[in-house]
Amino acid sequence: MSFLSHLISGISLGSIYAIIALGYTMVYGIAKMLNFAHGDVIMVGAYACFFMVSRYEIPAVVGVLSAVVICTLLGIIIERLAYKPLRSATSLAVLITAIGISYFLQNAAQLLWTSNPKVFNSLMGDGSVKLFDGRLSISVTAIVTIVVCVIIMLALTWFTGRTKMGKAMRACSEDKGAAQLMGINVNFTISMTFAIGSALAAIAGVLLCSAYPILTPTTGSMPGIKAFTAAVFGGIGSIPGALLGGVLLGIIEIFGKAYISTQLSDAIVFVVLIVVLLVKPTGLLGKQVQEKV
Amino acid sequence: MKKFLLFLLTAAMLLAMTACNGDSSTGATATPAAGGQTSAGGSIKIGGTGPLTGGAAIYGQAARNGAQIAVDEINALGGIQFELQYQDDEHDAEKAVNAYNTLKDWGMQISLGSVTSTPCVATSVENNADRIFALTPSASAVAVTEGKNNVFQMCFADPNQGTASAQYINDQKLGTKIAVIYKNDDVYSSGIYETFSSKAAELGLDVVSTTTFTEDSQQDFSVQLADAKNNGADLIFLPMYYTPASLIFQQAKSMDYSPKYFGVDGMDGILTLEGFNAELAEGVMLLTPFNADSTDTRTVNFVAKYNDAFSEVPNQFAADGYDCIYAIYAAVKAGNITSAMSASEMCEILVKQFTTTSFNGLTGDNVTWGANGQVSKSPKGMIIENGAYVGMD
Repeated sequence: MSFLSHLISGISLGSIYAIIALGYTMVYGIAKMLNFAHGDVIMVGAYACFFMVSRYEIPAVVGVLSAVVICTLLGIIIERLAYKPLRSATSLAVLITAIGISYFLQNAAQLLWTSNPKVFNSLMGDGSVKLFDGRLSISVTAIVTIVVCVIIMLALTWFTGRTKMGKAMRACSEDKGAAQLMGINVNFTISMTFAIGSALAAIAGVLLCSAYPILTPTTGSMPGIKAFTAAVFGGIGSIPGALLGGVLLGIIEIFGKAYISTQLSDAIVFVVLIVVLLVKPTGLLGKQVQEKV
Repeated sequence: MKKFLLFLLTAAMLLAMTACNGDSSTGATATPAAGGQTSAGGSIKIGGTGPLTGGAAIYGQAARNGAQIAVDEINALGGIQFELQYQDDEHDAEKAVNAYNTLKDWGMQISLGSVTSTPCVATSVENNADRIFALTPSASAVAVTEGKNNVFQMCFADPNQGTASAQYINDQKLGTKIAVIYKNDDVYSSGIYETFSSKAAELGLDVVSTTTFTEDSQQDFSVQLADAKNNGADLIFLPMYYTPASLIFQQAKSMDYSPKYFGVDGMDGILTLEGFNAELAEGVMLLTPFNADSTDTRTVNFVAKYNDAFSEVPNQFAADGYDCIYAIYAAVKAGNITSAMSASEMCEILVKQFTTTSFNGLTGDNVTWGANGQVSKSPKGMIIENGAYVGMD
């Protein structure tokens, strides 16, 4: 029974990683850059929702929606101010800018909201579902997290596969120049990608803080790094890869703690990552792209 | 576009500058409040650093406020006059040394060290090199006093907290099967754990589960709690700060596990966490030297004054700050120290006084200090009931 309950905690933690990883993987796939500020957008989303719901007592649904709107705008603004001017710069310059934005967001949050931790009360309540005569209890938060993750994954698959915008995104990720020649507005497509990634970050922030309700300006940074790992693990650029990587990472982390050692749980996660990358350098579902000469 | 960017950058810079001003003014306001009523000429200058802003601000502000109340009381008596200045170190060793230097430029004669351990390890080195006597209210790491004969602690050193906790759990028969969760990348938490575990073995306590977490994995405790639950632990010892502890309470509740919890001084402050559901901490026990509900007249008086001035119940850091000033006051009187003496002259007298006499304060009676700077006093058990700390004995 404890195996099952560990498995569920792992999947639930992994679902949060997967939603965050989607943001990394989409932006990488289309703009070919690592947006390290993504984790901090999560933090902003969580704060937005916290202030709406706990301070001003706005209904939870409205709180989440406005967090999504705020993060979407933030994502678009960051892209416009920090990344767009560097579109033709080297990828290293963009990477450093992203790290700079990450620090900027963390310090701005510290200035605005102080670094005193705040307790984020779960929007889903603290109830749990009991199975097998109460021997297995699953928290409602965990169930909602997993369901939301599945819905987001299905919606994104449909979006990238069936809609005009989604097709434009795939075109941009294959070849920006050719896409532009075919009449696709590349800049707008990239902005859209940031908007979607940031909206997902807001949802991830709310789910993360519902499951682990301590909110500080650095709340997003460690899950952000773990989710980036998940994105690489699953094959960066691949949407199903982000899901697979995230969920596997969550399960490995929890099982590592439960059955091997609580001291080594993070080390185990990264050892598995290294092994996978040695065997399959593009990640589990990554595509092997032949460089054309 | 370029102009707009330029405007934004300028705005950001202005914002940063006003923010810096904001910080320094909070540090500076402590000065007039401290020395406002007294003429600076005849008063002894006492300085301290502590986190007045940032994540550990609860501790720094409490220690400063407690010390301030004591200074005001002493100055009102006439006779020896004190002037207190606190500088913000944001719980950062480098900033603490800068803050210490600011205090030295101001003419600090006696130091209250730093409030938290990491900065105090750095400033105590300076205290020792400059021969300025230091009595820290609450920096509990052993490294603070180790090898420095003029640095003293008002709080228990970390190893003593572990030993005292094990002793207390054993004496009061609080639990039969004990689980421990500690943070293994933190000197405070692992230091307490090590002495707790050796004392527990000596006393024959049944420790059934020992699990850890780190700075990077302090979100999910389901595995640690499941391990404690499956091993039938009825008491969990939590040598850590209150932020991760609040997550442990919440996650244990969601898995229908309700053991007793026993914490150390880092647990103090959990009730001030914004948005925290105090019901989760119901029944949590902690070992702290100070009990705000005590009926002892000095404590009642202190709590009332603190409540008036800062509209909250003082925690043990406030009481430690208060006691520091009174301990220094007693030693200054006994050693005939005058404000005209240099810091190093005062230092030699104070060291002699502190190692030879005992002190009665809010945080303990017959408090004495060893030559190593560590304090000897008896802790009090506290329990959280109906959202307030209540003494257990």
